Amino acid sequence: MIMKFVDMFFSAKRASPISSGQVKWSSYQRIFSNRMVSICLIMLAVIAVIALFAPQIAPYNPNDIDLKSSLQPPSSSHLLGTDHLGRDVLSRLLYGAATSFTISTSVVLLALFMGIALGGAAGYMGGLADEVISRVIDLFLSFPSMIFALAIVGALGSSVFNLILALALVHWASYARLMRGQVLSVKSNDYVSSARVIGASDRRILVKHILPNALAPVIVLAALDMGHVILSAAALSFLGLGIPPSIPEWGSMLNAGKEFMRTAPYLTIFPGMAITMTVVLFSLLGDGFQEVLDPESEVSGLVSS
Amino acid sequence: MSLMLRYLAKRLAFMGLTVLAVCALTFFLMNIIPGGTAELILKHTILEMEEIPTDEQIAEISSRYNLHDPLYIQFGRWLSSALEGDLGSSYIQKKPVSYLLLLRMPATIMLASAAMSIAIIFGIPLGIYCAMRKNRLTDYILRIVTLLGVSMPGFWLALLLILVLSVNLKLFPVAGYGEARYLVLPAVALSAHALAVTVRMMRTGMLEVMSQPYITYAISKGLSSQNVILRHALRNALLPAITVLGMSFGHMLGGAVVIESIFAWPGVGSLLVDAISARDIPLVQGCVLAIVGVFVTINLLVDLTYTYLDPRIRYT
Repeated sequence: MIMKFVDMFFSAKRASPISSGQVKWSSYQRIFSNRMVSICLIMLAVIAVIALFAPQIAPYNPNDIDLKSSLQPPSSSHLLGTDHLGRDVLSRLLYGAATSFTISTSVVLLALFMGIALGGAAGYMGGLADEVISRVIDLFLSFPSMIFALAIVGALGSSVFNLILALALVHWASYARLMRGQVLSVKSNDYVSSARVIGASDRRILVKHILPNALAPVIVLAALDMGHVILSAAALSFLGLGIPPSIPEWGSMLNAGKEFMRTAPYLTIFPGMAITMTVVLFSLLGDGFQEVLDPESEVSGLVSS
Repeated sequence: MSLMLRYLAKRLAFMGLTVLAVCALTFFLMNIIPGGTAELILKHTILEMEEIPTDEQIAEISSRYNLHDPLYIQFGRWLSSALEGDLGSSYIQKKPVSYLLLLRMPATIMLASAAMSIAIIFGIPLGIYCAMRKNRLTDYILRIVTLLGVSMPGFWLALLLILVLSVNLKLFPVAGYGEARYLVLPAVALSAHALAVTVRMMRTGMLEVMSQPYITYAISKGLSSQNVILRHALRNALLPAITVLGMSFGHMLGGAVVIESIFAWPGVGSLLVDAISARDIPLVQGCVLAIVGVFVTINLLVDLTYTYLDPRIRYT
């Protein structure tokens, strides 16, 4: 449903007689004046800062193995306890934030780039290229993404890079579809045909006229997709695919912790809370955007994913 | 009618194409590492894990499984026997893939339909209830719960359920397969996302429909609110919920992989995870084929239901 509201936002913009720059700016102002959006953005920024400065904040090295103090419950020396190898859970959670944010940002950027390039090409060139790319997009949207990501990581082997690649490969298609639609509708505007009439080159039309007006909704969609990507990445690493054990990551912490559920339930509780909290913020952000851009309906951004 | 037949034919053709493309992609991906396949088969059969296979052994296995042929020929061979119902044999389990799939399919279907039923049976009434109590306390509480439902990883919910209901309260078995009580926790964990989404869509749908003029008219005619909801609003409000339920099904098949692994549920999902970690190519192919096949079929059924419920939608 994100697509729907992103679409509505921009179809409203297109229908408006005011020039696109003005409307876009006032929309941004409206977005940031929404309280929920601001709170979510601030809290996400806090998490991002924590992730960035994990080495400075974390009380211990996340990979320091200390078998003598393994499986300690939360205490003053280890605020969230220690895992089966005696590693500090809090430090691993903080470093895990960095892992999660790095992975999900890379996935979204990579998918965004693929989506913009392929969707843009399909929309701009039309004809056979459009036909072929559109069928490929339909194809990628018509099977369960998690299964395919699983197969890709399984085939290429477990590594952070392969995990990113697999998730990007299953995510690009929705951006491409939106981008294609955007380019198609922007292309039909009078200022594009005017530019063509006065002899502007394809490249100039694309860079100066089409891209700036088509990109915004695709980027909004991508930002809202972050929560979904974090969930998928955590699920894959929970299955033991993708993240090597030396890198602290929330999903793999849960995987390791589940063996000790009886004796050390906090190993199951804290990493899950970290994932849920982050994704809740992204969901609320989606809701906030939704409220601002399409006040009539109240569908969450995460709903459609 | 002919319009509908044409639509069906088009959809079926695209379904076939999708399944074929996914199978081809998986096949090429699994074979991307050259020579790896023969080595893996050897490692899982005759050799100990640490032993390095000799060149002769690799050559022997390669010629036995025809691994020297170009990939597209291998895929063509797989495809032509798949069309005859033969999906090959699992490298490791030494049993026909179709046999393993038939063995595991019922468990997955049982789990997914239980989860789907939970989402429908609880999601639709709760969504209507929320809409009727808009902005009251119960509505707020349910909205927070559904927000958690869409944001919480299903596998974490599964672990929490085990922790509280199995380990501490000993109400349900930790894992396993058998009587109904084994089904409860995995089905609840798997349904959480779809349930939350259904409540939210149903609430939105109801609120949108209830603001329509024909509802105002029905109310002003003096019909009871129960009558208005059941006979006038529900059918239209159901449409978005059905779409989302259909989409949730794909999500559920992905989630089932993780949930089945946690609960040692003997379904296709856990079979796929085992096959992937062992790089058992024929088995991975078979599982992907089965899951994608089920997925595209359900999608078609959802779309057909949709067109049946809303005659305004044309077949295109």
